Amino acid sequence: MTKHLLSVDDLAGRDGIQRILDLSGSFLEVTQRDMPKVPALRAKTIVSLFYEDSTRTRLSFETAAKRLSADTMTFSVGTSSVKKGESLLDTVQTIEAMGIDAIVVRHGASGAPHQVAQWSNASVINAGDGRHEHPTQALLDAFTLRRHRGPSLDGLNMVIVGDIRNSRVARSDIKIFAALGVNLTLVGPPTLMPSSLEGWPVTMTSDLDSALNETDVVYLLRIQQERIGDALFPSLREYTSRWGLTADRANRLKPDALVMHPGPMNRGIEIADEVADSPRSLVTEQVANGVAVRMAVLYDLLGTGGPVV
Amino acid sequence: MTCLAPEALLSNEIVIVGGTIIDSTTTGTRADVLVRNGLVVEVSPSIAVPSGAQVLDAEGCVVSPGLVDIQVHFREPGREESETIETGSRAAALGGCTAVICMPNTDPPLDDATVVQAVIARGRSVGLVDLHPSGCITIGRKGEQLAPMGELYDLGVRIFTDDGDCVADARVMRRAFEYASALRGAVIAQHAEDPALVHGGHMHEGEWSSRLGIPGRPAAAEITIVARDLELARLTGGRYHVLHLSTAGAADLVRAAKQQGLRVTAECTPQHITLTDAACANYESTFKMNPPLRGEPDRAGVFAALVDGTIDAIATDHAPHAPETKAVPFEQAPPGMLGVETSLAVAMTQLVVPGHLTLQQLLARMSWQPATIAGLGSQQGRPVAVGEPANLCVIDPTTQWERHANESASKSRNDPWEGEKLTGRVRHTVLRGAATVINGVAQR
Repeated sequence: MTKHLLSVDDLAGRDGIQRILDLSGSFLEVTQRDMPKVPALRAKTIVSLFYEDSTRTRLSFETAAKRLSADTMTFSVGTSSVKKGESLLDTVQTIEAMGIDAIVVRHGASGAPHQVAQWSNASVINAGDGRHEHPTQALLDAFTLRRHRGPSLDGLNMVIVGDIRNSRVARSDIKIFAALGVNLTLVGPPTLMPSSLEGWPVTMTSDLDSALNETDVVYLLRIQQERIGDALFPSLREYTSRWGLTADRANRLKPDALVMHPGPMNRGIEIADEVADSPRSLVTEQVANGVAVRMAVLYDLLGTGGPVV
Repeated sequence: MTCLAPEALLSNEIVIVGGTIIDSTTTGTRADVLVRNGLVVEVSPSIAVPSGAQVLDAEGCVVSPGLVDIQVHFREPGREESETIETGSRAAALGGCTAVICMPNTDPPLDDATVVQAVIARGRSVGLVDLHPSGCITIGRKGEQLAPMGELYDLGVRIFTDDGDCVADARVMRRAFEYASALRGAVIAQHAEDPALVHGGHMHEGEWSSRLGIPGRPAAAEITIVARDLELARLTGGRYHVLHLSTAGAADLVRAAKQQGLRVTAECTPQHITLTDAACANYESTFKMNPPLRGEPDRAGVFAALVDGTIDAIATDHAPHAPETKAVPFEQAPPGMLGVETSLAVAMTQLVVPGHLTLQQLLARMSWQPATIAGLGSQQGRPVAVGEPANLCVIDPTTQWERHANESASKSRNDPWEGEKLTGRVRHTVLRGAATVINGVAQR
């Protein structure tokens, strides 16, 4: 990997992705030990800089850092000088002055981690930026799917359903799964599709039912209620009837088809309650694998190259 | 003038020696030019230098009327940390300008006679370029109640615009056209982007906005407003000018409207004919502007419209922003980039060097045509001929140089041409008979 993980592009293609996924497998084994902690990043300091609320991603990164014996600091915007008007640049320079090794950034503006990387000597990890990317989510999604259908994902058919236009998870997942040989179909109301698919290795349809016939994996995105006010679709009820993974639709899937969701789920809207809890669903496993994948990323960026344990 | 003038400005005689004149009447006449008391008094192949006269070397250079940039933001009053009338005027003079039109989005805005008077007075006291304010169409640029257009007109304002805020309400726009038709020579200029369609957008909607995850501003937002405004101009007989036109679709509409005899003109910026939305790929906020840098088909369409004469003028939309306001995530940065100092060189590099336009055709688009649009045709963009006002620019057309923003006279550094290799450069600028720039150095 390069010095930073700002985008799935930084993983350097299929080989780089597979290397991190393999490493994640080793760390998954570590997390399942009685004492799930290794000294790999002792004396390294990792700061989480979160400009958006995110309990699960922040906790996942901090747990990963602690299990690697790194020191962690949290800079959460609600309780900091940002409230007093400090700019992102000044905040980064302040953190930088304390001597740290990595900054994990979550920001509401696309590209903010790219700027942090320009301003800082530390490694920068994108923990979700605006509508752009969420590369560690994509890694944990690929890792999770590979444990069920791997090691090769070549030729699998995946349908991604929902608000693609505004989704950083979708942008990262499309890159990672395309690199791993998965055939991708984007489904949702045309108002929630990207305005241009130029250069995207995907096909697009608004007809979920036909897209589900041949699919091996359904990846559902969280639908946000406030999009209704922006005239993007008429109602949650209509959304569910056309693009929700209802129990009926799930019953028509191939017997071994799997269901994924980045969370938090809107049960009863994009995913039916019984589908979320069915054996097809990998949702809780996705969360569980997040720590191992983030350990792999931190280790790869900050480690000295020694053995994992 | 209150400040101490160096000798250059005290001398009332200047001889421009060795140059070739290009203006609206000649594509190239080898001649020296004698300037006295603000006027051109002699043009002939060889002029004996009177004692005490200042000599400006124009060997290998073109002597042309000064450039006229009809869209600049000098930020005064209100945003003096980004630019002032003094620093902006100096940058304009270095860019070869002898006249500029300042946009009215100051704080307070130019919707009131006292503010307009103050800007005019400040421009005069700086004295590095003839500075003419444009005026707001509506109070506070809110698009509701008409600004005192008549009062502003009486102070010399000819271009009326709400600038970055498009007049979205068709009824208000119609009234503005109708009311301004009582003011001879006044023009209604529009930043044509429908606010409803660009709402929340930060760059051109297309391939790159989708890839970068940045909400887009569709080309249709410009095209629909231009289409509507042209119909309103037809309805009212109004005089319409499209600011920084950026789409092939709007260029087509303007071309057709001109053929139908509507009273319409248009300008484009050097950046919209040179750069595309791909420049935003690294989230560099320097390349954020409104209207946004477009995709290649629009860039090519605007370029073609400038070449074929549909677009009448190049204006820069020189928009300085203090470094700290641009050192933020792309979506949070204000739109705009510098331009007044580099526009001629960028345009020569893009248009004249590859042979799309002759230098005379380019100067038409940067001097006498914009002067006419802005109602300055009696003072600016005049032929270099005896009896004419000595607002002149001496251009070295072959010199090659590399742009570095840290050398800029502007207070800001949001320069899209940083590191760019350019051909052609302004050597001297003469404003009403006095040299404001000699050998690329501002005289004040």
